[in-house]
Amino acid sequence: MKILIAVKQVAALDEDFEIREDGRDVKEEFLIRDLNEWDDYSLEEAVKIKETSSDPVEVVVVSVAAEEADESLRKCLAKGADRAIRVWDEGVEGSDPVAIARVLAAVAKSERPDMLFAGVQSSDQTFAATGIATAAFLGWPHAAVVSSLDYSPGAKSAVFRRELEGGLLHEVEIQCPAVLTIQLGINTPRYASLRSIKQAAAKPIEVKTLADLALSAGDVGEPGSHSRVRRMYIPDKGQAQLIEGDAAAQAQRLAQIIREFKGDAA
Amino acid sequence: MSGVLVIAEQRRGELRPVSLELISAAQELQSAEGQRSAEGLRSAEGDTVTVAIIASSPHLFLDSLKLAGVDEIIAVKVAAAEFDPDTFEAAVGALIAERKPDVVLVAHSVDSFGYAAALAAKLNLGFATDVFKAGRVDGALVATRGGYGQKVNVEVDFPGRDTVLLAIRANVFKPPEQAAAPKITEFAAPATASRSSGREFIELSSNDDVDMAAAEFILTIGRGIGEEANVAQFKELADAVGATLGCSRPIADAGWLPKSRQVGQSGKTASACKLYIAMGVSGAIQHLAGMKHVATIVAVNSDAGASIFGVAKYGVVGDIFEIAEELRRLF
Repeated sequence: MKILIAVKQVAALDEDFEIREDGRDVKEEFLIRDLNEWDDYSLEEAVKIKETSSDPVEVVVVSVAAEEADESLRKCLAKGADRAIRVWDEGVEGSDPVAIARVLAAVAKSERPDMLFAGVQSSDQTFAATGIATAAFLGWPHAAVVSSLDYSPGAKSAVFRRELEGGLLHEVEIQCPAVLTIQLGINTPRYASLRSIKQAAAKPIEVKTLADLALSAGDVGEPGSHSRVRRMYIPDKGQAQLIEGDAAAQAQRLAQIIREFKGDAA
Repeated sequence: MSGVLVIAEQRRGELRPVSLELISAAQELQSAEGQRSAEGLRSAEGDTVTVAIIASSPHLFLDSLKLAGVDEIIAVKVAAAEFDPDTFEAAVGALIAERKPDVVLVAHSVDSFGYAAALAAKLNLGFATDVFKAGRVDGALVATRGGYGQKVNVEVDFPGRDTVLLAIRANVFKPPEQAAAPKITEFAAPATASRSSGREFIELSSNDDVDMAAAEFILTIGRGIGEEANVAQFKELADAVGATLGCSRPIADAGWLPKSRQVGQSGKTASACKLYIAMGVSGAIQHLAGMKHVATIVAVNSDAGASIFGVAKYGVVGDIFEIAEELRRLF
């Protein structure tokens, strides 16, 4: 049995960041990279399934990214993934989530997992698209925003709840193999132990190229993407009226706002 | 190829409010189209806004969709009583094949997360999600979305795509109010063998008796409180100032407060809230979207760059513990 998990090393912005000269992204030196928060939960969900299964389960993480993502892949290995695959080719640069999904689907076709997990979205570009587009290329059943899951590896179906807006859940049964996008809070991701971090550092990361997956340059990058970044810019900040002064003065003003409101409300 | 196709969203017999917002978004695009036709680039008759409602009883929703700016409503009857990705992919795919719209608008919602990307991948559609602005630049469709935790705006375009699917952020466009009498058409959806089936809906409940939907004054805590032991201090502060204590997603996920206290898009809708004080909440877009209707938002955060300052009326940049302590003394 095998569960494949699509992961991404995301970027957050340093304070006082700058936009690149071509105006289409933030300058590299202002990006702070880490494993996508959602992926931490989907990995944990797979590792939990592996730990409670009576049959052996292999947990494989895959990322379509340059070498710098090895850091996040090692984090996954330290937290319980058995293998890590990274696919890269210069042509992948500039790929939108649909082009990335095309590559992930090719990996899934060669790995033949029983289930594929992805995060609901990535914290940096928040498309909420990669997992479900991967399912389309595989022709697999799919569901988004899964907040609880009942699945035994190798089973023909799984039951899950998707988290809807406004505090509502929807319980659904789905045929397997399937692609599920996993929501925050589905479990409590573990911390990696020092020992497992050391062990992960020694594990290999399998690097594949587009050619290894029988993909071509036209499948990825701008030609394979369904949208293209035209311009990135810093928006005008909202007009929050700043309450100045020390903590005592700020609290005074806050108290005044609260009292005014209560006066209105009374 | 012409016009804008809007896919309305319904759940459990009710039209979701975002459906009407999509109509306004479509109208804005249409007026951008109009400018194009004025320049002689296309005929005006193609600039239509068509709204499709996909449901087991689509007729129940027709009256609420008869709004100014809608040229035609398509009633699409399907077997599935509630949202199912295979049903929607097939129905919207068939609509696109028949109507060949330039632009298809869906809500950036949990339902569309489940099928829009698959449809874009299969039908080779231009595609962008969480779009809060769309228009034409030199005749080409340009959509604007956020990036890096809303710290930047990202403009995307769709070179070479005949049809573009956009998932529109909720609570951005104002729903149209004026009624109209658009043409009504029936559309036979293709039969679908769904590979998943909905069983039941479950309302979020807890043994906590708080009613976030009725609360007018909410004090919310976020990641900034650091650890569970600090929750008590803010609970006490909320009680003292007469506020209902709420929390952002990470606090509920960690189990520090019950899920029923979570506010934001996936949490309880704080629909009656008028004064909202957010302490240590950076403001994920889902959280902000769920609180946008509140008249007075006050954000207290040590990070001056936190996204929540973009929607707040008042901002306090400072240490939340110090400010909480000072504030407590005043009540």
